[in-house]
Amino acid sequence: MEVVLAILTGLLFSAGLYLMLHKGVVKLILGIMLLSYATNLFIFLVARITRGIPAIISENQDKLTDTFADPVPQALILTAIVIGFGIQAFAIVLIRRVYKATGTANMDELSSSEKID
Amino acid sequence: MQNISLISVLIIPLLSAILMLLMWGKTKTKRLLGGVSTALYLLASIALFAEVSANGLILVDVGSWQTGFGIALVVDMMSALFILLSAILALVSFWYGSTFIKSNISLSIFHPVFFFLLFGLSGAFVAGDIFNLYVWFEVMLVSSFVLFTIGASRSQLEGALKYVTINVISSAFFLIGVGILYGLTGNLNMAMLAKALPLVQNQTLVDIAAVFFLVSFGIKAAIFPLFFWLPASYHTAPIGFTALVVALLTKVGIYSLTRFFTIIYPLEGTLIQPILLVLAGLTMVIGVLGAAAQTDFRKILSFHIVSQIGYMIMGLAIFTPMAIAGALFFVVHNVLVKTNLFFVAGSVYKVFGSFKLKELGGVMLQVPTLALLFAISAFSLTGIPPLSGFWGKYLLAKGGFDEGSTMVVVVTAVSLAVSLLTLFSMTKIWNEVFWKPNPNNDSRSEVKMSFITLLKQHTGTTVSIVILTILILLVSFFPNSLINWCMESANTLVNRDLYINGVLGVK
Repeated sequence: MEVVLAILTGLLFSAGLYLMLHKGVVKLILGIMLLSYATNLFIFLVARITRGIPAIISENQDKLTDTFADPVPQALILTAIVIGFGIQAFAIVLIRRVYKATGTANMDELSSSEKID
Repeated sequence: MQNISLISVLIIPLLSAILMLLMWGKTKTKRLLGGVSTALYLLASIALFAEVSANGLILVDVGSWQTGFGIALVVDMMSALFILLSAILALVSFWYGSTFIKSNISLSIFHPVFFFLLFGLSGAFVAGDIFNLYVWFEVMLVSSFVLFTIGASRSQLEGALKYVTINVISSAFFLIGVGILYGLTGNLNMAMLAKALPLVQNQTLVDIAAVFFLVSFGIKAAIFPLFFWLPASYHTAPIGFTALVVALLTKVGIYSLTRFFTIIYPLEGTLIQPILLVLAGLTMVIGVLGAAAQTDFRKILSFHIVSQIGYMIMGLAIFTPMAIAGALFFVVHNVLVKTNLFFVAGSVYKVFGSFKLKELGGVMLQVPTLALLFAISAFSLTGIPPLSGFWGKYLLAKGGFDEGSTMVVVVTAVSLAVSLLTLFSMTKIWNEVFWKPNPNNDSRSEVKMSFITLLKQHTGTTVSIVILTILILLVSFFPNSLINWCMESANTLVNRDLYINGVLGVK
C-alpha cells in the first residue's frame, strides 16, 4: 500500500509542477490544486499508515498498548485541506479577474508590472 | 493562570476585524474603532514585552492540554520584540492607510482585512508549534492576498497572481517539512522537536526537512534566488494599503528562519550554514544591483528590501550571539526605516501624482519637509553614523569579524561594500526626486508647501511619517536598551536549552 501511495504522491507532485510551468493560467490553478493534494497525501504517508486500528482505548485498559492509527496527521491534513480549499477559491477568482482586466490567459503576457520604464 | 496580555494580543485584532465586517461602509466609526484597537494592541504588546523581560519566557497551553499534546503559545524575548514592532507599525500604518485611501469601497475591505492580517502576524510570532505556525502563516497570507488586490488594477492583478502562486508553493514546502519532522519524531511542538531531533537515527532526513524549511521560509523572506516575486508585486499595490505588508511580511520569514535554525535545528556546524552565508552575500549584492537599474521610486525601494534581507540572513548564518543580536536590531531598524521611506514615497505621490523618477523633481524646493524626512530615513538605511542603520551594521560587522573564519569575513566585507551601493541608489532618488528641477510645466510645479500646510492638507499621512521619524531618531541616539533586548533574545536563541526547558517545564 505504501509503495502505491508513494508512487501516486510522486506522480501528483510532478504533474502539479508540470502544469504550473505552463503558460496558461488555468493550468496554473490546476497545478496549484494538484500540488496541495500531493502535499496532503505526503503527510498522510510519511506519518505511517496503519489500517483498521483506531486510537481508542478499550474500557478495561488505561492506555493504548498496540500499534494504532495516529489521529494527529489526519487532523493536520484536514486543516491543510480546508486552508488549501480557501486559497484555491481565491486563486480561481483571481485568474478570472486577471482575464477580465488583461484579456489574456497567457502568463508570458502578464509581465507589465516588471518592466522598467 | 493564563496570561492576559498574551491572549489580548490575539483577541484584540480578531474582535476588531469581526466588528469591522459588521460595520460595512460606516467609514468614520470604523476609523475610530481601528484607532482605538490599534492603540489597545500597542498597550497589550507593551505589557507583554514588560512581562517577558521581567519574568522570562511565557507559556500558555491552549485548552489546558498538557504541553506537547495541545497547541502551545510561547512568547520569548524575540517574539515579544517582534510583536511590539508590529504593534507600532500597525498604529502608524492604519492611520496612514485610512487617510491615504479615498475610495469608500476600498476602505471597507481594507479595514477588516488589515486586522485579520495583524491577527495572523501576532499568531505567527507566538506559535510554539510548527503546524500552528503554518496555520498562522496562512491566515496572514490570505489577508495579504486581499490587501494586494484591493483596487484590482491590471498591474496589481498581475503582481498578485505571482505572489499567490509562489506562496502556495512555499506553503506546500513548509507542509512537507512539517510532515517529515512529524514522521521522524511524532512531535510538532518546537521545544519537543528540538529535543527529539538529535536522537533521530537517519540524520539525512532531518537535513532534508531543514532544506524544505529553508526554501519555504526563504521564499517568504525573499532571499536569493527566491526573491523574484517581491519586486514583481510589492510596488503594484497602493502604498496606503501595503505599509504593514511591505514592512512585516518578509520579516515574518526572517523570524521563522531564525526560530527554526536556532531552536529546532541549530545551524552551527551543519551543511546549511555555509549555504546560507553565501546566499546572504548574494542576496545583498543582487538586491542592491537590481535597485540600481530601476527608475521607479517604489521599485527601487522594493529591491532594497531584498538587499537588506541579506544582512539579516547574514547575522543568522554567522551564528554568534552578537551577530544574531545584530540581525534582530537590523530587523527593527529596517522595518521602521523602510516603512517610512515607502510612506514618504506615498506622500510625494499624493502631492505630485507620480512614482516615476522621470516625472518627479523639485520636491526639496517645493515641499522641504518631505525632503528632510526622506533624508533622515535614507541616511539611516545607508548606515551613516549615528543613525540607526549604523548600529545594526556595526553589530553585524563586529559579530562577523570576531567570528573570524575566512568565509564569514569575506561575506561581512561584502556587506560593507553593499552599504556604499545603497548610498548610491539613495543618492539617485535624492537627485531625481528631490533635487533636480521639476520637469512638469503644469500646476504641479507651482505647489509650495510649508510643514504646516502639509500637515493641514495631509494630516494622517504626515503625522505617521513624523512619528516614524521620531522613532528612528530615538533608536539612533538611544540604541542601548534595544541592543540589550536584542542581545538577550539572541542569547535565548543560541543557548536553546533556556527555551526548551522553559517550555517543557524542566528546572
